[in-house]
Amino acid sequence: MIPAGVSHTSSHGSITDVSVHWPTLGEVWEVLSFQAGYNTNLVMLGTAFLGIGAGTIGAFALLRKRALVADALSHATLPGVAIAFLIGSWMGVSRSLPLLLLGAVVSGVIGALCVQLIVRYSRIREDAAIGAVLSVFFGVGVVLLSYIQNMNVGNQGGLASFIYGQAAAMSQTNAIIIGATSLFACLLTFAFFKEFRVLCFDSTYAAAQGWPVQRLDLLLLALIAIITVIGIQAVGLILVVAMVIIPPAAARFWTERLGVMTIVSATLGGLAGYLGAAASALLERLPTGAVIVLIAGGIFTFSMIAAPARGFVAHAARRARLRLLILEQHILRKMHEQLETVAGGADRHADASVSIADLASERNWSTLRLRVALRWLSARGLLNRHNHHVSLTESGAREAARTTRNHRLWEAYLVRNADIAPSHVDTSADLVEHVLGDQLVQELERELKAEGVLLPSPHPIVATHSAREGKS
Amino acid sequence: MSIHPLPEAPPRLADLPEHSAQSPLSIHDMTVAYRHKPVLWDVDYDAPPQSLIAVVGPNGAGKSTLIKACLGLIPLASGRVEIFGQLPRRVRRDVGYVPQRESVDWDFPISALEVVAMGRYGMIGWGRRVSRAHKDAALQCLDRVGMADYAKRQISQLSGGQQQRVFLARALAQEARLYFMDEPFAGVDAATERAIVDVLRTLRDEGKTVICVHHDLQTVQEYFDHVLLLNMRVVAAGSIDTAFTHDNLQKTYGGRLTLLDQAAQALAQAGARP
Repeated sequence: MIPAGVSHTSSHGSITDVSVHWPTLGEVWEVLSFQAGYNTNLVMLGTAFLGIGAGTIGAFALLRKRALVADALSHATLPGVAIAFLIGSWMGVSRSLPLLLLGAVVSGVIGALCVQLIVRYSRIREDAAIGAVLSVFFGVGVVLLSYIQNMNVGNQGGLASFIYGQAAAMSQTNAIIIGATSLFACLLTFAFFKEFRVLCFDSTYAAAQGWPVQRLDLLLLALIAIITVIGIQAVGLILVVAMVIIPPAAARFWTERLGVMTIVSATLGGLAGYLGAAASALLERLPTGAVIVLIAGGIFTFSMIAAPARGFVAHAARRARLRLLILEQHILRKMHEQLETVAGGADRHADASVSIADLASERNWSTLRLRVALRWLSARGLLNRHNHHVSLTESGAREAARTTRNHRLWEAYLVRNADIAPSHVDTSADLVEHVLGDQLVQELERELKAEGVLLPSPHPIVATHSAREGKS
Repeated sequence: MSIHPLPEAPPRLADLPEHSAQSPLSIHDMTVAYRHKPVLWDVDYDAPPQSLIAVVGPNGAGKSTLIKACLGLIPLASGRVEIFGQLPRRVRRDVGYVPQRESVDWDFPISALEVVAMGRYGMIGWGRRVSRAHKDAALQCLDRVGMADYAKRQISQLSGGQQQRVFLARALAQEARLYFMDEPFAGVDAATERAIVDVLRTLRDEGKTVICVHHDLQTVQEYFDHVLLLNMRVVAAGSIDTAFTHDNLQKTYGGRLTLLDQAAQALAQAGARP
């Protein structure tokens, strides 16, 4: 599309001209700040509102696991559009938009209900039912469209735009319909937030409590349907489902709360619509619908990688931190154990040192990892490093004693309660002991004490308190 | 105000001679089928008031189905259920439900307190927010199961036992008179098991009835007053002393029901409605 305020020299070039006119920063700002003309603004606002509505409904569609049903629904709108067009031309109204949208809603909902009927009354699973309904309805739509193309009535040209969308052709009426519908969907979601929450989390419980689960599901489906249908003209019925699925999926990475997730999802959807329309206004020949979906996909990818707590990077960082912690604790425990035998007592840690070579030979610790861990331990003041030896500081000795004690408690518990052979218990104790919290350690002590066996471990459990007092 | 029953309306189960009038739950000749295949045959049962009842039976005996049918979640092929002398759908507020823990997605974006607050939804009308008072009540229920410190945790960050306690707290928040619980003891830690048993006994002392699907035969005697032995039909029901006998357990678990199972299979294949 060509925004009014932006001049394009290349738009007059030949159709074989594939050069891209890259917009200047000034032009980008002009479009983003709504100064690029009425038409461009209309499209950006319309798709932004579409994104907001789709993002809001999408949060619940996703959590109710209806994402693919939404896909079947959007594909199933096509025969409705075609039939509505045929009825319209018989009645003498050619291409009335409300009639076409009504047809789209009706056949979309019929398609989605077909999926549910097939699942309920046959042994076909939902994925197969969705695939079958989606393709059959879409096929019927394509057949009807080609029949209409050959008919001798005018004005059928725009129908194909329902498939891929034509945001650039958005009229004022269109934009108002999108805005109003989206607002309506958001209001309904807000009003029935509690009902939708219990429906999506635990529909069986909701039914037991007397909520009309089937009618709530139908309401959710109807909301998905109207959002999908107002979206198909702009984004196209193939891609519109992305507006329902991608923003909430991205939003889920950023929060653990449903209310926040819904708001984030609406915001991301609106952002994708706004930026996508802007991008396709600035770069010619880019189909708006596809660009919006690509931007939504970019937002999703970024969320998946960078989100705190749930993102990939945060995950990797947590794992790396845990690995380092485990290595540290292994080193501390090894030193404690060696000193126990060599120096003859837990109280003399600070005086004795252990050679790095000895530590390295204990397990298959690579020199590099060992060095990193030792440096880290000494940075935390738990360890003194000498040339080829390391020795524990006072707090290091305490930490080593505590770690060793946790390890032995856990070993004892496993031997006692999980019937694990004492010869195998060391390895299984290895992983868990590092994540034992204080509360769990106390519970372990309590349980082992209650059974009157605090020392069934192959290794003795040293009371940390006496070690601590001995030091101070 | 009294509404006269229609002439053809059947008498209340409680008024029938074979059913007890005080029973919080009466099941009359109930048959339930999945896809034409009967999973429960001709169940007749009266739950004694103010008691802890264990529903015991092998896998596939129809224990969960029994509960869901009593709650009105699945249709009956035949028979009737009355709770406090009424149709189940008329007394939903008085009936609490603890589903199996595996029945929901624990990665749902919701906190423990918000799950428990769901127990109050039935008291809050359509479209209304959850008020401060309801949240406080929910928090108290979390406290009753020893989980008040975890109110704000997202539910996937809880251990299996803690999740089970959250479900129990949600049922408590309903302030019901009759509770159905589907394997509340399955896969829980010792602390949770103690907490659940305490809650069950408190409920009974408050005059309530709890019907629990239970797997662990060793603890039936310790935790429950009554037992319902089930294997596609009621094998035996009554107090622990009379019904929980070696002989009855043999009948329940002893694989003598192959004929019933075969009949069900044949019905399913014929597509008949039982």
